[in-house]
Amino acid sequence: MLKTLCQKMSGRSLWVYHANSGGCNGCDIEVLNVLTPYYDVERFGIKLVGSPRHADVMLCQGPALRATAKALRRAYEAMPAPKLVFAIGSCACGGGIWFDSYPVIGPIEKLIPVDFYIPGCPPRPEAIVYGVAVALGLVDKKTAPAQFKQLELPVPRYHPKDLLGSGEMVVYEKAEKV
Amino acid sequence: MSLKSKLKETLLCLKAGRVTLPYPARGHPAPEGFRGRPVFNAAKCTGCAGCANNCPAREILVLDVCQEIRILKYLGRRCAYCGRCAEVCPERAITMSQEFETATDSIGDLQQRLELFMSTCQRCGRCFDPPSVLEELKLKGYRLDDLANERWVFGSKAYLTSEPAVDDIRIEWD
Repeated sequence: MLKTLCQKMSGRSLWVYHANSGGCNGCDIEVLNVLTPYYDVERFGIKLVGSPRHADVMLCQGPALRATAKALRRAYEAMPAPKLVFAIGSCACGGGIWFDSYPVIGPIEKLIPVDFYIPGCPPRPEAIVYGVAVALGLVDKKTAPAQFKQLELPVPRYHPKDLLGSGEMVVYEKAEKV
Repeated sequence: MSLKSKLKETLLCLKAGRVTLPYPARGHPAPEGFRGRPVFNAAKCTGCAGCANNCPAREILVLDVCQEIRILKYLGRRCAYCGRCAEVCPERAITMSQEFETATDSIGDLQQRLELFMSTCQRCGRCFDPPSVLEELKLKGYRLDDLANERWVFGSKAYLTSEPAVDDIRIEWD
């Protein structure tokens, strides 16, 4: 559903609204860097607008704070209906390193539904362009959850089937490999 | 005058060329020393959980399922890529990679989960520290030095072969 929405929206230009709910300004600078001619997201039709009423996409920086929660919620509700929210930076994705302090509620998704996450502290401008390109369907996402297991437990007593009797001694068959 | 200045401007614009990166079409690698996503190496990890203790964002979780298996889970949501985990890791099992293209539509994609085998002492059943550098230097086993003749006797002759270790060094053996 999200993908079809993105495909539908990517036919036209995305207008973005830039909301900071209490970040340190690092991500703001990277977002503004993306709009400069060097990275130039206006190639994709992305334009920065000053009001959430004009915007299709909200770029959120900073964690959800007690002081700005209501304002952020109102800005989200002011956006017209097919809307996307990007959480940019570690604070917006997960609450930042002050996640457990009093003024911080947590990640942005505790207040408003988030569609795309761009982690980084701050994310590189390329990472933000990549996130936009993923949202537009130009490139595929590269991340996937990774799982590693130490399958071969390196102690012979956990592998009774590999223990071979030879005369009086018990030999571990895979002794060289471990 | 106006036409002349316009022509001049046009020439200047042509001379400037293009500065825009063709970014998502062609890659743009991060500079040297950039700290991207930390990558965990389960083969090297001993499960000391120093990374979990030192993570400022508390993003590395540890669950001891039983005495032998420890699960280490890196969430990566609020990771600030400070590199503290890679710094404290005694086995250098965590490396800060150059990956920054981690944009995703579900936050669970950033997770890494390690299931580690914790070696336990066969007598007391608890985990033990790997030997330190000093402990590795200590004498193990028995030595049979010749006290009467005041000579050092090696128990094993494995490292005193007659073949030279390197081709250009020749040691004369009598």
